[in-house]
Amino acid sequence: MTDTDHRPSPDALLKEAGQVGRGRLKIFLGAAPGVGKTYEMLVQARRRKLDGVDAVIGVVETHGRVETDLLTKGIETVPKKRAPYKGRVLAEMDLDAILQRRPRLVLVDELAHDNVPGSRHPKRYLDVEELLAAGIDVYTTLNVQHIESLNDVVAKITHVRVRETVPDSILDRADDIELVDLTPEDLLQRLKEGKVYMPEAAERAQQNYFVPGNLAALRELALRRTAQRVDAQMVDYMRAHAIAGPWEASERLLVAVNARPGAATAVRYARRLADRLRASWTAVHVETGLNQSEAERDRVAQLLRLAERMGGMAATVPAANEADGVLQFARANNITHIVITAARGSRWLDLLRPPPAQQIIRDAGDVSVHIVPERSGKDDIAKAPAPERAALEPRAFAGSLAFSAIALGIGLLLRQALAVSNVALVLLVAVLAAAVTYGLLPSLFAGLICALAYNFFFLPPLYTFTIADPENVVTLLVFMLVAAIASNLTARVRTQAIVARQRAATTEDLYRFSRKLAGIATLDDLLWATAYQVAHMLKLHVVLLMPDGGDLQVRAGYPPEDTLDEGDLAAAKWAFEEGHEAGRGSDTLPGARRLFLPMRTARGVIAIIGLDSEREGSLLTPDQRRLLDSLSDQTALAIERLHLAGEMDRARVAAETEKLRAALLTSISHDLRTPLASILGSASSLKQYRDQLSEADQTELLGTIREEAERLNHFIANLLDMTRLESGALAPNMNLIDLSDVVGSALRRAPLKQHTIALELEPGLPMLKLDPVLFEQVLFNLLDNAAKYAPPGTTVTLRVRAAGGTVTIQILDEGPGLPEEARERVFDKFYRVRAADKKRAGTGLGLAIARGFMEAMGGTITAANRGDRSGAIFTLILPIPTVAEPAP
Amino acid sequence: MTPLRILIVDDEPPIRRFLRTALAAQDYRVEEAGDGETAVEFLKRNLVDLIILDLGLPGMDGLDVIRRLRQEGSATPIVILSSRDDEAGKVAALDLGADDYVSKPFGVEELSARIRAALRHRLQQAGEKPLFKSGDLSMDLVRRIVTVRGEDVKLTPREYDLLRLLVSHAGKVLTHKFILKEVWGGETDVQYLRIYIRTLRQKLEADPEQPSLILTEQGVGYRLRAADGM
Repeated sequence: MTDTDHRPSPDALLKEAGQVGRGRLKIFLGAAPGVGKTYEMLVQARRRKLDGVDAVIGVVETHGRVETDLLTKGIETVPKKRAPYKGRVLAEMDLDAILQRRPRLVLVDELAHDNVPGSRHPKRYLDVEELLAAGIDVYTTLNVQHIESLNDVVAKITHVRVRETVPDSILDRADDIELVDLTPEDLLQRLKEGKVYMPEAAERAQQNYFVPGNLAALRELALRRTAQRVDAQMVDYMRAHAIAGPWEASERLLVAVNARPGAATAVRYARRLADRLRASWTAVHVETGLNQSEAERDRVAQLLRLAERMGGMAATVPAANEADGVLQFARANNITHIVITAARGSRWLDLLRPPPAQQIIRDAGDVSVHIVPERSGKDDIAKAPAPERAALEPRAFAGSLAFSAIALGIGLLLRQALAVSNVALVLLVAVLAAAVTYGLLPSLFAGLICALAYNFFFLPPLYTFTIADPENVVTLLVFMLVAAIASNLTARVRTQAIVARQRAATTEDLYRFSRKLAGIATLDDLLWATAYQVAHMLKLHVVLLMPDGGDLQVRAGYPPEDTLDEGDLAAAKWAFEEGHEAGRGSDTLPGARRLFLPMRTARGVIAIIGLDSEREGSLLTPDQRRLLDSLSDQTALAIERLHLAGEMDRARVAAETEKLRAALLTSISHDLRTPLASILGSASSLKQYRDQLSEADQTELLGTIREEAERLNHFIANLLDMTRLESGALAPNMNLIDLSDVVGSALRRAPLKQHTIALELEPGLPMLKLDPVLFEQVLFNLLDNAAKYAPPGTTVTLRVRAAGGTVTIQILDEGPGLPEEARERVFDKFYRVRAADKKRAGTGLGLAIARGFMEAMGGTITAANRGDRSGAIFTLILPIPTVAEPAP
Repeated sequence: MTPLRILIVDDEPPIRRFLRTALAAQDYRVEEAGDGETAVEFLKRNLVDLIILDLGLPGMDGLDVIRRLRQEGSATPIVILSSRDDEAGKVAALDLGADDYVSKPFGVEELSARIRAALRHRLQQAGEKPLFKSGDLSMDLVRRIVTVRGEDVKLTPREYDLLRLLVSHAGKVLTHKFILKEVWGGETDVQYLRIYIRTLRQKLEADPEQPSLILTEQGVGYRLRAADGM
């Protein structure tokens, strides 16, 4: 299939982009220990140092070899960290010191090394990844036997299985791989000279290792692996730059994973095959519903994780049996290759019950099937546990016994009516009942009991265990056979039903959770609901952390938890900054009590969830992990939704405030300009046309100038008063004042020429504590207001009374009064009620200022409509000071 | 001679007061209206020679008044009183058919000049005067000769058209839109116009940086100095 599309492949571009900002990794690869990788690494590092590159040694194992040792002189070594472990003090590479030092290049020997427990990462290659992410270049060494996908191949060749492995992904990500090559003869020579060190194998094993045939095979392996990497690099480059080339046909690979021995070998094989075919691959576990022990489940989980580490995907599918599941998945996902182990069982058993491999081969159709032999004996990741018998519950067997007894009773009762063979059917019902209620073994037990009872009670000679009629023997055997098959099938259906019910319950839970999330309006509620949900669905202890200022804070937890210890906090912080999981059971800081997982949205990591359990062992199965991911994603989205809703609100408020401000500005500018227009117009008229104007006209113009100037002054004064009130700069000058004084001066100032004034001052009024200037302004504003709205010729009344501990001052007019909705609003700034005959409205500030001043003096002001006739009534209330002087 | 009648439409009594006084001193007959509806009603039954209209009226907006009057076919000149920063309002009013504007607060001399310009323009619709003189500028519209400070000036055809338009409306403000439509057919940008005005100023003004012939009305348009004796 020729590829005519010359656009750069997005995957390849992404890969290239991902490299920006990272340090460059160069791996010195060797076929066996002793070829001189460390030596070569040091040589190249020294050369770069001469070029002016800032290079340091992170960790270099010279094993006492003099020539290697000499090379380390002159390169700065970052001192190792002391790591106490089991009473001894070991020295480990100091990752933090290197990060702080920030060299351009660091040398890290032996990439596959396992770190001392208590270090931040359990493996050195994870340390290297952190260094690369920080932008520091790394040189490192590696033997081919440490590569994960080649691990069993090397073991097969050399009979030495190496435990410390490095995932293939790190090789794939390396920018350079340099093969340090030595012919087997030269290597053996060095071995003789005592220059080769292989601490991970005993003396004997080493002898087996360093055999020419082995070495040649290893060398070829290393060469091939390097060539593969170079080829892959070339392909990536070509795709990123849209160079036409021989692309692979898109192959897809599936490897079946189960708890049987040899599955790990199959997974590694799958990875190598996928490499050669340049195919994507998936490890698939088929969930048949048969009881699996905890150990078996763990093993499967480990295998799936191994597959993911080596660059594949993992999936679990439910099906009736393994072959069906594999084939279904293959068809649904366009798989072109299937890798499966073939059990070496006896031929006869195979006839009876064909192993999955055979079935797959038969039904695979166009798909290629690769069989990887299972190997008993020396094995891979963990010892395959002997399939445990499920604990035999006495209750189940007692129940089966009971069912059998009941059926027996019925059979005996109906003995006269039924033929002997039909009684068998009744007993069969008991067996089925036991299968449905208790499972396979109890039902087989019931089958046995029923068969014996059948023989004893119904087959002649009765009440013995012998059988006279050979036909009855057949009946008995058939009965037992049918019982066995029926048990099997029913039991399986029962387990599948249980699994299906569990799945349905989980889905229902997830659905309910997502609906609940949609309705939550506050962040705290959201976090608590999430903690509760996760804790219940996964049966774990949960804490949720969110960033606050610079730190992570515990925002919710179930069971409720406030603080975390230092180790946990460090793991949480790391998880937040790097965006990867950290803590218990992970690759980073595995000593922490909890496992911390980042919750992220498109914006990045927004929260951290911490999980803990009282049980030992791993916290989450892959299935649970997927469930957690789904819950985590939902919560992250809900958090983002709340955040965005808040931002939207803020934006809306800001926009409205802006609008309001603009409107006010326009209004004020008009109010200031209009009097000025009159003043300027009148003045310029006087200047221009003085000779044409009569005396009366001139006086009128001058009068206009005067009035409008006053009006402008009044408005400006109001504005300034308002500003003073708002900024809190108002400091009332409180004195004991005689009311009639203030009232009199207010009346003199007020523009009430067209109205009648009625004064009703109660005699004997006490002096009041107030600021005379402010109070006069209040009265003036109220009188001015009355003058505006009361028609000319009507009466404005000013009434003062004392009652209780207060003095009440009321100003009444005979105008139209206040509309109902305006009664409180008149005191708002800039609120104006247009007078009915379109007379000019006021500034809108007078009453607001009056209220502000009254409150500053400790009094109140309210507005209402008159009860006796139309008109407004404004009421001022001031407290009588306790040390009252007698009225003069 | 019958005095010319002017209708003042403004909601502020002090403004009406001094306007009446000032206009009466110039021998105009003055009528008043306090809002748009009253003005429109009045004009249904009475003829005036000029209307002074405040844009910021309560109820019926100043723009609505202009629209109503022009739609009914009235050609009475209208001078509007507007707020200094209400550019949009000024341009809208002029586009709707107002003749000129004055920004509050204003000096009464300015208003008087605008009134005169508007009246003269209306009265002169038929037959333009062939010779135009204003300050340093002298323009013979028949022989198409432009003289500045005694010297002949060469103008490109487009520049001449532009100057002629300004001269025929001398003393009155012309909006950018109006000029672009009359001279360019309305297809071009204001920037284009600005460049032409600049060139004209270079050719005509004594000090192009401080023009006294072609005056800029910021945000609205341009105005040519009124003819001498006006």
